Amino acid sequence: MAATPFSSLRLRIYFSISWWIFFAGQLFLERWFGLPWKDAFLDCVVSNGLLLAFCLMLMNTFRYYLPKKEQFLNVLGICVVFTTLWLLLSRWLVSTYVSYYNLHPEVLRYSVPIRFSMGLLVLGCISLISVLWSHWAEQKENEARKTDAEKLAREAELFKLRTQLQPHFLFNSLNSINALIGMKPDEARKMVQQLSDFLRGTIRKEENQFISFSEELEYLKLYLEIEKVRFGYRLKTEMDIAEESLAWKIPSLLLQPIMENAIKFGLYGTTGEVTIGLRATVADKHLVVAVMNPFDPDMQMPAGTGFGLNSVKRRLYLLFGRNDLVEINKSQNSFVVIFRIPDINA
Amino acid sequence: MRKIIIIDDEPLARSIVKEYLQKHKDLEVVQECNDGFEGVKAIQQHQPDLVFLDIQMPKINGFEMLELIETPPPVIFATAFDDYAIKAFEAHAIDYLLKPFNQERFDKALHKWRDQNNKQSEKNTQDLLETVSQSPAQSQRIVVKSGSKIKIIPVHDVLYLEAADDYVKIHTKEGYFLKNKTMGHFEQVLDPQQFVRSHRSYIVNVQQITRIDPYEKDNHVAVLKAGTQIPVSRSGYGKLKEVLGL
Repeated sequence: MAATPFSSLRLRIYFSISWWIFFAGQLFLERWFGLPWKDAFLDCVVSNGLLLAFCLMLMNTFRYYLPKKEQFLNVLGICVVFTTLWLLLSRWLVSTYVSYYNLHPEVLRYSVPIRFSMGLLVLGCISLISVLWSHWAEQKENEARKTDAEKLAREAELFKLRTQLQPHFLFNSLNSINALIGMKPDEARKMVQQLSDFLRGTIRKEENQFISFSEELEYLKLYLEIEKVRFGYRLKTEMDIAEESLAWKIPSLLLQPIMENAIKFGLYGTTGEVTIGLRATVADKHLVVAVMNPFDPDMQMPAGTGFGLNSVKRRLYLLFGRNDLVEINKSQNSFVVIFRIPDINA
Repeated sequence: MRKIIIIDDEPLARSIVKEYLQKHKDLEVVQECNDGFEGVKAIQQHQPDLVFLDIQMPKINGFEMLELIETPPPVIFATAFDDYAIKAFEAHAIDYLLKPFNQERFDKALHKWRDQNNKQSEKNTQDLLETVSQSPAQSQRIVVKSGSKIKIIPVHDVLYLEAADDYVKIHTKEGYFLKNKTMGHFEQVLDPQQFVRSHRSYIVNVQQITRIDPYEKDNHVAVLKAGTQIPVSRSGYGKLKEVLGL
């Protein structure tokens, strides 16, 4: 642990104020008992100065030795040792230099229990603060590390997801273009354009950027156009987008992986024509998006589909701190993923 | 004329193969298929001399389709990307085409096929299937033919497997299905933490076992949730104990 509570300016001010209060208190008390100004002042400087030094030493000790929760007896032990040392040292200095105590040694002797309890109280408080502060700092550091680790893991996940889904799509699209070049050059050219725009979109988008739903839809349409060229009549889409949903802000690259899953799941999980449905509405201050694909209950999910949905779930959790934003409905012959995006301006 | 079948779920992928085939006047495309189900039928009906086959297809993939055919024809694979399969191709396929491919590469693959005799290529296809069936995706389900229907059995639905001459009986809740494979094959392919060869003629799904009872002198029987009793040999008992952590 590199720092002590003293590295915080606010705490430093509180410490100094408390020290002056102690100083004034002792001075007042000793004047009350009849010590002359000079002697009382000297005593206060010596004992409080030493106390300050011991406080700093104690803090430094806890910088290097941090007791576990169950070791609070050790802390108490350390306090008693420090207090005793402080008491012996200050008593010796005081009895040497303060002339009043040479004449009235019994005053000094009577004050020992009071001095000890006050010293123990102060040093006890200081060590308590030090220990708690160190624990808190350590915990904060752990949390920061955890967040970092989560962020890294999330990025890795997304990267993996993207690379996992892209190669098939990319090479098959190129193969389709290759076929079109011979038969329908105009369509080949159009598909090259769409594929480029789509790929540019994947590279450009930052992970945590929010974009409007209409922007994400444009991007999605690009993707669907390409898939429709690849799969021909087999792939149909039905979109039902409410007007008010278009301006809603959503995390980028969220919808596309879900759609990709639905298509993959639909096209490879069933035979014949496949209709993918997309419905978007605004309800209860959330954008509600449902993606539907046909589903054969006898089939298992193709590899990689569950991964995409989990990653979407986790992303929404990390962004909004909620677990209830993704819902999956499996019925006899359809598979529906519903996700809700809260209003980020609210 | 030699007969060709093209099996690919993408129409444009089929048309490029057809286009490249135009140069080869002795070859005729007798059928194009959208998926493995059509593929199985077409191959049995036409007995083609060569099949162009995609891997990733609806419901059953190219390898699973081939497993359903008793004597698979010579195959040239055309696929976009599959790490695992490519290793298998290098060892056993006549050739494989990575999409997109050009006429030159296509001709080379056909040339290789013409050079090989049929016996050789049939054996190669068998070897290939044996290799790819050990890939992780393949061990999640078993594809079988029952009558004219094709059935996909997720492995967790399998209760137990029983040897029956040249076949293996795959018992599920819905009854049993036959597959022309050996017990050794399934023992290798299935997850050993879930499927244990309890007996020379039995492989049991440990998740289905409710208890193991002693039986005669040295033997035991495993009782499944459905009440079925599966013989357990002495060595099988040892394996079961290990997997179940007894």
